[in-house]
Amino acid sequence: MLEVVGLWARHGLAVVLRDINLTLAEGEIGALLGPSGSGKTTLLRILAGFDLPSQGEVRFAGAAIARPQGAVAPEHRGFAMVFQDHALLPHLSVSGNIAFGLHRLTAAARSERIAEAMAMVGLQGLDARKPHELSGGQQQRVAVARALAMRPRLLLLDEPFSSLDETLRHQLQRDLRRWLKQTGTTALLVTHSQQEAYAVADRVGVIGSGRLHQWDTPYRVYHHPASRFVAEFVGDGVWLAAQVLADGALQTEIGVLPAAQTTVFAPGQHVELLLRPDDLIHDDLSPWRVRVVASTFRGADRLYRLALPSGTELLSLVPSHHPAHPVDEEIGIRLDLQHRICFSVG
Amino acid sequence: MSAAASGGRAARFAWALLAAGFCLPTLVPLAAVLQALLVPEGEVWQHLLAHVLPSAVADTLWLLLGVGLGVVAVGVSLAGLVAMADFPGRRFFDWALLLPLAMPGYVLAVAFLGLFDYSGTVATALRAWGIELPAFRGRGGLILVLTAALYPYVYLVARQAFASTGLRTLEVARSLGHAPLPAFLRTVLPLGLPWIMAGTGLALMETLADFGTVAAFNYDTLTVAIYKTWYTQFSPRGGLQVAAVLLLFVLGLLALEARGRRGMRFATMGVAPLRRLPLTRLRWLATAWCALVLLLAFVLPVIWLAVAGLQHVPDMRGRFWALGRNTLSLGALAALLTVAVALLIALAVHFAPSWITRLTQRLSTLGYAFPGALLAVGLYVPMAALMATLAQAGFAISLVQIGVPLLLLGYGVRFLAVGHAPVAAGLLRLRPSMIEAARLSGAGPLRIIGRIHLPLLQPSLMTALLLVFVDVLKEMPITLMMRPFGWDTFATRIFEFTREGEWGMAAVPSLALMVAGLLPIWLLHRGRRASEGLHLRGQAHA
Repeated sequence: MLEVVGLWARHGLAVVLRDINLTLAEGEIGALLGPSGSGKTTLLRILAGFDLPSQGEVRFAGAAIARPQGAVAPEHRGFAMVFQDHALLPHLSVSGNIAFGLHRLTAAARSERIAEAMAMVGLQGLDARKPHELSGGQQQRVAVARALAMRPRLLLLDEPFSSLDETLRHQLQRDLRRWLKQTGTTALLVTHSQQEAYAVADRVGVIGSGRLHQWDTPYRVYHHPASRFVAEFVGDGVWLAAQVLADGALQTEIGVLPAAQTTVFAPGQHVELLLRPDDLIHDDLSPWRVRVVASTFRGADRLYRLALPSGTELLSLVPSHHPAHPVDEEIGIRLDLQHRICFSVG
Repeated sequence: MSAAASGGRAARFAWALLAAGFCLPTLVPLAAVLQALLVPEGEVWQHLLAHVLPSAVADTLWLLLGVGLGVVAVGVSLAGLVAMADFPGRRFFDWALLLPLAMPGYVLAVAFLGLFDYSGTVATALRAWGIELPAFRGRGGLILVLTAALYPYVYLVARQAFASTGLRTLEVARSLGHAPLPAFLRTVLPLGLPWIMAGTGLALMETLADFGTVAAFNYDTLTVAIYKTWYTQFSPRGGLQVAAVLLLFVLGLLALEARGRRGMRFATMGVAPLRRLPLTRLRWLATAWCALVLLLAFVLPVIWLAVAGLQHVPDMRGRFWALGRNTLSLGALAALLTVAVALLIALAVHFAPSWITRLTQRLSTLGYAFPGALLAVGLYVPMAALMATLAQAGFAISLVQIGVPLLLLGYGVRFLAVGHAPVAAGLLRLRPSMIEAARLSGAGPLRIIGRIHLPLLQPSLMTALLLVFVDVLKEMPITLMMRPFGWDTFATRIFEFTREGEWGMAAVPSLALMVAGLLPIWLLHRGRRASEGLHLRGQAHA
């Protein structure tokens, strides 16, 4: 449905996006994840039609809609966009705002669509309110309703929930995914929160310094990151030095890890292994003892910072009902490594 | 902290009383006009109702309507293009379109009439080719000239409104499937309405206050009616009655402008540095429209004024320098006195904030909202009455003897707000801790004012002096009606030349006024804070 092919973007001399390639199938939800300044918003603006690429093209339903030479105007794309600050028109009521995107329909069809959209986002009865009379969460619901009521061919969402508090944000993320699937809407979300990307999207792209490092399922992005940047951006963890043995197994400070099914590293090569906090299981019976450096109570679990004899620090997540260990106590750990994430050194 | 700085109740009271005294000159003319409105004099009133007011009121209304439509159409279209679209020359037009502010309407009128009137340069040249221009000296021509002179008021505020929220709104509307022009009309324009209303209100207040431009076009609005009743019917009290009708119009416009200002508080959307709308095929059309307005409202008049003005300097035979001396000394004196009073009032509010001083501040700066002709007749009639009373009591002072001080008083009443705004803004930037530190080191109030306030306020005071000076130079009706014999200025000579249709001669003093008028524009362009710069010619009565 949506195809981005070899796309570059420049602001003056600065390269903002370099060689972006991605596809999104009909009815699929994508998320672009990246730190601020990574270029993800520029990509969204090019998809919306507000900016032009400097190279490459965007295709939608088989037709090119954006090229350096020119693009289909935003209003002719049949897309809709939800903005970070919800961007409700302050001089229009809630139903006026939703109706604003439905100007091509007859009056009857329009009011039917408005009622339908209001019911879906759970705002029945608020039609006549002005935006400033609504709470932040309600405003964002109206913004989503306004976009969905248009039945857009593609819905673009620019950090839609970043101005809301955490509880409200989680609620709206779940709702958003439900509404999108219910309506079969193809959507692309831009966010800097990995949790938001995982909660909403079928497919996640990680953007750093203008490069799309990976475009994959949330599971693979987390467990099979394509680059160190992705690995570090999508979750906590520490890097542990290791050397590849003749049989492909890894020699590390905490023992030899058996060979993976596939390995790209030559024997004798020095690599770094990513250990996520959930890869390291605390086991009082384990012979591997490490010293507790710090521990943080986080509600359901407790995050320990642990030090190996060499000084290398590890992270471990332990259910918080397990008795707490004080700092400087030596505790037993073992590895539960389903996915080995290794990158060569340098 | 201010209470401490002023030291005690007695001092506070003295400050308040001193300040309150400065309201008097402003309140006298307003009270006189108000009294004439509420208690019309039967005989004079009947005459005016029968012979003067119907046509003057109708002409004023037509003019307001025409200029109102004109400034909205020109100002809003230019502001929309410059703030939201990308086209060749945009950055240049962004500031250049403010240049017409340098010329008072009557200077522009001199240039336009000199070009297009029956004996004008263009009209004469075209006649040689057998082309006869339609008569320019009528209502249509007048509306064109005032639109050219006053559209910057709308342009300035609308541009600000569009630049801050317009682009963003436009993107939202386009993301909802609306093409740029309908999107502009349905979202950006309604959201910018309060700003446009406020700017239009200012332009219409200037239209209402205008005397020189309408006089040059032989068009009798209420301000001209005040002058004619006073000077050709020799009835100052009749003039006061006409001023009372004018007051009603002013109050109506003040309400419109205030309504716009109230609306400005609402209606904002997020701001982000966004890409301006690329106008693909229409870009040169946008350039052409901006260029046409700049050409008509500034370039062409300036070229004509320069050529015709320099040509006619010898014809003035040295009178030019006498006029210049009068004009400059009146401007300088009025600026010094007005800014001194403005400073006193601002300091009084600063040191002794109370309802008395704040009321004083509001009342004393009210004069700027009222046409010069209204203030002139409103000051003159009570003063004449006072002199008559004094003469009866044995103190014979003629009005001629106090002519110049009375004229300066008139300027002060009209332009106190212009001087007050930059000074008050400057005082706001003074941090209380500075004064507290000085007091701890043992400095007395006078020493604090001399050592802290005046040096820190110096840039604001210079701005205030320059703005008042230039405004006084350009002020026509007060000068014309209140000047003592022998005190002709550039403005009054322009009035006399235009009455006789001598556009070439009028170009000489007009050129001088235009050059002086460029000074505040230059100040604005140097990036002074908008709060100071906006007081260029208008809106000090906020």
